[in-house]
Amino acid sequence: MQASIQLKKDPGVQYLLRLADTCLILAQRLGEWAGHAPILEEDIALTNMALDLVGQARALLTRAGQLAGQEGEGFDEDQLAFLRDERDYLNLTLVELPHGDFAHTVLRNAMVATLLKLLWQRLQDSGDAELAAIAAKAVKEARYHQEHAADWVVRLGDGTDESRARMQAALKALWIYSAEMFDADAVDEHAGASGLGPRWSELRDEWHAEMREILAAATLEPPADSAFRSEGKRGRHSEHMGYILAEMQHLQRAYPGGVW
Amino acid sequence: MTTQNEWPLWEVFVRSKAGLDHKHCGSLHAPDAKMAIQLARDVYTRRQEGTSVWVVRADQIVASDPGDKDMYFDPMEDKVYRHPTFYSLPDSVNHM
Repeated sequence: MQASIQLKKDPGVQYLLRLADTCLILAQRLGEWAGHAPILEEDIALTNMALDLVGQARALLTRAGQLAGQEGEGFDEDQLAFLRDERDYLNLTLVELPHGDFAHTVLRNAMVATLLKLLWQRLQDSGDAELAAIAAKAVKEARYHQEHAADWVVRLGDGTDESRARMQAALKALWIYSAEMFDADAVDEHAGASGLGPRWSELRDEWHAEMREILAAATLEPPADSAFRSEGKRGRHSEHMGYILAEMQHLQRAYPGGVW
Repeated sequence: MTTQNEWPLWEVFVRSKAGLDHKHCGSLHAPDAKMAIQLARDVYTRRQEGTSVWVVRADQIVASDPGDKDMYFDPMEDKVYRHPTFYSLPDSVNHM
């Protein structure tokens, strides 16, 4: 079995990986919908979004890999995706949760797309020219993801009794994972101070304002604040994460260095 | 729920470049016009085929009757003076 790679602890790299891993793991979850969505057209829409997110993850992992190696030796996107252990994955816990029913999926998409859109908007001004270029492309995709997901949140929330109940259940289950997005820490601080990108905590008010608007259109209320804090972006994941990586990394681990 | 009942059929027209006309490129099911536009974008324009999309509910389209084909279209065929084909167009005129 192929051994895992070790990254040096660099706050800039960790900042990039949080974003890259969030895109990658959400893409993996959306990929699970292929062939299972409520209707053919939405099946295509969900997998299109997964492909956008894979593209964003690839660009970010490539950039992170250039900066992440020990003594000048970088890693490529495949090494970072397939040869990191759970504790070195820094995605938000929200994206690793099972995709649940369609209401869970579209609410999570709306929550994440809103965050990503706000991040990409600001990352266009990143001091890292490469990251700024990635952001300029990705922000267009995120805007579409947000609009499409938000439309579904409104349709289900303000739909039938059944769809409303499901959207409320999704809101109850997923909302508590949003607090993690905005918890300030040293990685954020470093990014803000060095001009790499915005502190995620700076986006809290804007994110809440946009989500409140979407939920209001769906005749829903955001749940009250909770003391619960997930910590996926610090490498401490839910019990779901190991299964995702086992499935995702199996082939690369079993056939080390395989070319594909 | 059956999608046949609740998700009507929409016909999709895409304009590939500014200046050209919208061409019918297919159809899809969607719950309403806004979602039909979004899904049309995902299904038919992902490789930058388009600059503009029209969707129209299939039940809003009235088609000519195939039984009227002779009456409608045949009489034009042998009257060449009906067709403006005796002019040569300059090369700079595209898409005529």
